[in-house]
Amino acid sequence: VWQALYEELGASGFLPVTVALDKSAEDARPFIAKAAPTHPSLIDTEHRVAHLYGMINVPTVVFIDESGRVVRPNAMEYGTDMFKQFHGRESAPFLAAIRDWVLHQRSDVPPEEVARRVVPPTQDEELARAEFALAWHLHKRGRVDAAERHFVRAGELSPNDWTIRRGSMPIRGKNPMGPEFFELFREWEANGKPSYETLAAQRNR
Amino acid sequence: MSQGAFDVIDEGRSTSVAAAIEGSRVLLDARALETALGWKLEPQGLCRGDVCVPVAGHPGVVRDGSVDLAGFADLLQRPLALDLDERAASVGASARERGAVLTGGIAPDFTLPDVSGREWTLSGFRGKKVLLIAYASW
Repeated sequence: VWQALYEELGASGFLPVTVALDKSAEDARPFIAKAAPTHPSLIDTEHRVAHLYGMINVPTVVFIDESGRVVRPNAMEYGTDMFKQFHGRESAPFLAAIRDWVLHQRSDVPPEEVARRVVPPTQDEELARAEFALAWHLHKRGRVDAAERHFVRAGELSPNDWTIRRGSMPIRGKNPMGPEFFELFREWEANGKPSYETLAAQRNR
Repeated sequence: MSQGAFDVIDEGRSTSVAAAIEGSRVLLDARALETALGWKLEPQGLCRGDVCVPVAGHPGVVRDGSVDLAGFADLLQRPLALDLDERAASVGASARERGAVLTGGIAPDFTLPDVSGREWTLSGFRGKKVLLIAYASW
């Protein structure tokens, strides 16, 4: 869908940049081969983008304008309705928002609203990202048991962060669509389905 | 006290440097500190670029010309994930600074490869309306 949108809007200055938060390029390769993108399609095995932008789940999208400013902060949005039964969010309003932004310079998030949509991270969440980085480093050096302790710690420190809790499952030999995931999903539902919107509202009061 | 190689992870980069472990303290000499974390030990404190943070009021950060890693992290309000047995640590970002950057609205810059290994930098896309999409196979 991003490739089609690029073909439609690229001449108007639109550039999709996809970033795979996967443990290896190999994990992302089939998705990329299928999409056959001519726009930048990047691999982020260290979750640099997740850390820098404070992302806690995928897909997370950000609008960045011509001068390098964020005009629409982190939000979970979808280009298709394939998984709508799970997340309940329609793609059509988002696709319309992209076209409106590119063709009419209008963002659906007003400028005065942008900072309030940002989720300021807690020190525990940043410690969790450091624990994740340490765990992944140890895992790559074959220190699997030590790594596991730090992956667990990271998840405990930042319970809302699926890039850590679910994103570490393939590294740790757990099925990200399996029982551990369903447990995570149930916990998320029981906690009132925290999202960028609800967390920003809580923290920016 | 045990002396030897120690891995320090900072902003996605891992560096192996010499360190001494004393009890639960990890001590880096000035050279190791600069190599691993980019901060210099100067007479006026810890410095990086134009920024200097005085250490005078913070006993325990610097001792005998070495910097205590936990004291360093604490001084800069950065979280520290530490594994003494594995001789490795990761210095995270200060939540306050990260929050300020995100609220400030400038898109943090990054460089990442594509599947063919070619590297791309976000700031190289200035002049375009960029839709950043983070996704994953999981």
